[in-house]
Amino acid sequence: MKNLLETKNLSMVFGGLRAISQVDLDVRQGEIVALIGPNGAGKTTLFNCITGIYSPTEGDIFIFPPEKEKKRINGIMINKATELGIARTFQNIRLFPGMSVLENVMIGRHCRSRSGVFGAVVRDASTRHEEQEIIDFSYQMLLKVDLADQVNEMAKNLPYGAQRRLEIARAMATEPFLLLLDEPAAGMNPRETQELKELIDRIRKEEGISILMIEHDMKMVMGVSDRIFVLDYGEKIAEGTPGEIRENPVVIKAYLGEDFSVNA
Amino acid sequence: MKALTELKKSIVVAVWFMFLTFPIMVIRVNTIEKIIEWRWRNMIFIGVGSFLFSFLWRYLLERKQKQQEVQKGTRSWGTLILEEPKIYRPLLAVFALFVLVFPFIFSTYQTNIMTTALMYVILGLGLNIVVGLAGLLDLGYVAFYAVGAYSYALINYHFGLGFWAVLPVGALLAAFFGILLGFPVLRLRGDYLAIVTLGFGEIIRLILENWNAFSFGPSGIAHIPRPGLLGLNLTLNESIVYMYYLIILFCLLTIFIINRLQDSRIGRAWIALREDEIACQAMGIDKTKTKLTAFALGATWAGMVGVIFAAKTTFVNPASFTFLESAMILSIVVLGGMGSIVGVFIAAMILILTPEYLRAFSNYRMLLFGAVMVLMMVFRPQGIVPNVRRTYKFRIPEKEVR
Repeated sequence: MKNLLETKNLSMVFGGLRAISQVDLDVRQGEIVALIGPNGAGKTTLFNCITGIYSPTEGDIFIFPPEKEKKRINGIMINKATELGIARTFQNIRLFPGMSVLENVMIGRHCRSRSGVFGAVVRDASTRHEEQEIIDFSYQMLLKVDLADQVNEMAKNLPYGAQRRLEIARAMATEPFLLLLDEPAAGMNPRETQELKELIDRIRKEEGISILMIEHDMKMVMGVSDRIFVLDYGEKIAEGTPGEIRENPVVIKAYLGEDFSVNA
Repeated sequence: MKALTELKKSIVVAVWFMFLTFPIMVIRVNTIEKIIEWRWRNMIFIGVGSFLFSFLWRYLLERKQKQQEVQKGTRSWGTLILEEPKIYRPLLAVFALFVLVFPFIFSTYQTNIMTTALMYVILGLGLNIVVGLAGLLDLGYVAFYAVGAYSYALINYHFGLGFWAVLPVGALLAAFFGILLGFPVLRLRGDYLAIVTLGFGEIIRLILENWNAFSFGPSGIAHIPRPGLLGLNLTLNESIVYMYYLIILFCLLTIFIINRLQDSRIGRAWIALREDEIACQAMGIDKTKTKLTAFALGATWAGMVGVIFAAKTTFVNPASFTFLESAMILSIVVLGGMGSIVGVFIAAMILILTPEYLRAFSNYRMLLFGAVMVLMMVFRPQGIVPNVRRTYKFRIPEKEVR
């Protein structure tokens, strides 16, 4: 299978703190990859490096967009990363609270549409057409995450689980080839988590979007992911299939805890 | 029991106010007879007044909280009027008629004031792009207004170009200055941005004030021609009426354009930028471009109104472009409701017209202004007419699509 994302020797240093230290990671086409590790292990920092929020101090990040050349994206502009096809959600939900649900998703279409100030004022045929395309596409995304009945609701009024799903819909509206989910199940109840799991599976299957996600819910991680990377103190301490990770003594010691293998 | 605590609270407030205002309201030094007058009566007024006022204040606060609990989702009468075509269409027609015949029923003085108020409507709408939509707190907006006014004054003085020729030039120049200001403040947000824009506004004003060779300093530039109408010679009264209709036209144009911008790809990007900058970029929006467009477009309106202002008063000097002016325009936006066109319109009318018609109270003007602002921010922080997001309707049945 073809690689979509590769980090080589990636390090990120904040002052004296090595948040990430020489991490090699890869995501292949059609995969769901999980990134786990204790709090402060550098998982979100890694996400921020990949999406251009931070510029890594060392190492390389390569992406392999489908039908395009391999590209090194160290320190790329955040919006350029999205344009290239990497979309993300945030650990602490970052919706646009004062916009409606549909508009939130429509923002995701921004980088896939072109009309400017002139088009907005004149509303010529091509602008109207594009606007309709944005609305239709966004509605489709909302259908996929089961929020189509709330299109005109303000994003801030949605319940927590729905906000998480809206964030995913918004990210998907940018038509990514790789979706980064930062703790998508955080704060969800078991039923919502189960639905989220199904949603993630569906995104991969129906949209062909590969997924890299940070998650603490081990049941979900073990159930949904093809491979798992484990970070601890900024270093990669293990990688492998869920089965391998579960048995890995280093991971058990650093993160899962002694009784995990028994319970799971 | 509850009444007693309420009473106690109000008494405390009253005593506190009596104490606070004691030096200015009670003591008066009569320098001629060299005695001190003790005006105890004032103290009683203050005491009773603040006692009653604090009751009213808490009653309103309580009611507001109750309303918030009850009224989630229901529409207020304000939005109802705006959303129901059966109500707003006739209202709009009557209003339009009133606006059209205004100069013929009222005196030229009234028309002149109305023209000024409408100029502030346009200024408010322009600043609304920057502050209301894009969420960039700009305290130096008047600088672009000055750029517009001086570009007409100076170009006319040196090259003799007329109003219509300079209008686009003034607008473009202001837009250019908007971008000029935009670049250094790209990384700034909130209070930092406010301070830099404030400084920018002052820089422009000080340049105009001190660079005599360029701008003729504080004495300003006089004899700026009024806008021409097909080469006709207009009397003063006629040109005031002409100016009025001109500004109405510009006002309509501005409302039309800003209304369209709001519900466009660009407008949504501005709002997203206001709501969450990081998330906005992560959704693929180019922050630089979006911010600069907001600054440039906002400045364009200010530049245009600047040219109109210069033509209307036929005289410009730096005293018209002080920080107070920026604050006034910002107040219009905040009071009216961030991002709301109708709100800005109403707020501009209130803030510009009331001082004119309440000349008798001109001593208390700033006091009233401050009080109104405080009351608004406490009881209706979303503004007179809060901005309502557009709603969308879908007829596609769910099953069919999936």
